[in-house]
Amino acid sequence: MRRGKGMKYVTDSRIPAREHRMQNIPKDYSEYPGKTEAFFPNYLLKEWLVGAVFLIGFLCLTVAHPAPLEREADPNDTGYVPLPDWFFLFLYQLLKYEYAAGDYVVLGTVVLPGLAFGALLLAPWLDKGPERRLSQRPIATAMMTLGVISTIYLTWESVEQHDWEADAEQAAMDDEDIREVDQSHEGYEIYQEQGCISCHGDNLEGNPGVQGPDLYDLAYDVEGVAEISVNGIGEMPGDMFDGTEEELQILSEYIVAGGGANEDEDVNGDDEEETEEDEENDEEDA
Amino acid sequence: MLQRIYDWIDDRVDVTPLWRDVADHEVPEHVNPGHHFSAFVYCFGGLTFFTVVIQILSGMFLTMYYVPDIVNAHASVEYLQSDVAYGMIVRGMHHWGASVVIVMVFLHTLRVFFTGSYKKPREINWVVGVLLFFIILGLGFTGYLLPWDMKAYFATQVGLEIAETVPVIGELLYTLLAGGEFIGAQTLTRFFAIHVFFLPGALLALVAVHFIMIRRQGISGPL
Repeated sequence: MRRGKGMKYVTDSRIPAREHRMQNIPKDYSEYPGKTEAFFPNYLLKEWLVGAVFLIGFLCLTVAHPAPLEREADPNDTGYVPLPDWFFLFLYQLLKYEYAAGDYVVLGTVVLPGLAFGALLLAPWLDKGPERRLSQRPIATAMMTLGVISTIYLTWESVEQHDWEADAEQAAMDDEDIREVDQSHEGYEIYQEQGCISCHGDNLEGNPGVQGPDLYDLAYDVEGVAEISVNGIGEMPGDMFDGTEEELQILSEYIVAGGGANEDEDVNGDDEEETEEDEENDEEDA
Repeated sequence: MLQRIYDWIDDRVDVTPLWRDVADHEVPEHVNPGHHFSAFVYCFGGLTFFTVVIQILSGMFLTMYYVPDIVNAHASVEYLQSDVAYGMIVRGMHHWGASVVIVMVFLHTLRVFFTGSYKKPREINWVVGVLLFFIILGLGFTGYLLPWDMKAYFATQVGLEIAETVPVIGELLYTLLAGGEFIGAQTLTRFFAIHVFFLPGALLALVAVHFIMIRRQGISGPL
């Protein structure tokens, strides 16, 4: 045993010293002309300096942009438009194209990514030649460049097509815009039955995911609301309402009153409760 | 005194070769940015490792506050973010570190590919590297659900629906990941276990293999 300080171990089963092993170790770097440097401590010290600069930059980022946190998950809010983390966007975007979705979805979820990542994994056997320079292995270079460009393109397109304003709105942590409406009211029943609820929300708060605005403090009177309910307005289609005239009247009055939650009108007399909530919200804001 | 303690240990377990092997290897000129600035491309692997260490350390501190159940998860993250001293920084490091790791792995992969360094005798190390890349993507995917906010929930739903479209094993895969029919309590604990135990374990094992092979084979020579 020639390693270390030359001590002998009882029943020495350690791997024999280098001289007796098969030589699969590449040439020493001193075989390459140039200035090599010892890893420890010379090079490590420089690495630490670079690492420290990197760490400072990284910490500045975390201080300047705190990690986002949206409101708690609500599985019932089906209008929410999902967005994966940015490094999965390329895959997400791929599935939006006609021939990678619907009947062809396997093409988008398994075949194309499988081919791309499979080729990446098996690159050493797909590109077996001894040449290492880019120009000497045009096919490998072209394939990789294509892969990188398509990944970047898909990510870019996904970011471009996403509605970031709606995203920020639906993500908002505070729900101060949601007021408690009177859900035992007859009008709320009609509101549910006629399907208004799917776009304007459980509490008339609206649903940014499907561009449904909130229905608080509307600028319309009862007749105006009744007309919009029947004929639609803007993004809202007509013929949504198919109840009786009487129901339409009750619904319109209910909505104009903001479901009993309007700030300037007090239809159902639960103004007190409302004020308390507003105060709570104000505290949270502070 | 320290020298004598060291000698006492070294006499018995022969530790010197372990660290001398790391300390004495030479850094060749062509990968040293001190000699050729363009050699900074050889730093991406090291920076990936550095960021992974940041991820592990910040993640360890996050688990001191995080509660992996659907009732408390969001509240615990919010508390950590707003009330705990430096909680915002630690969570910020973990959040942004995830993106930085991906960027660094991407650049490192491109460097290895475009310098042809995956060729014989380094094929196995390339495969290990690509597996590490997959593990890091898996960590990104499972970690995204843990804050249990809107974006976490619905992005995971999309991800699991994609997994479900895989022929033959799709539904099994969905059940395995979601822990049932819906994304809920089971999914969160499962993703937590995968994110905190399974994948980091695999990551550390493969990183060790990756590094041992680099020491064995050396960095590929200059082009």
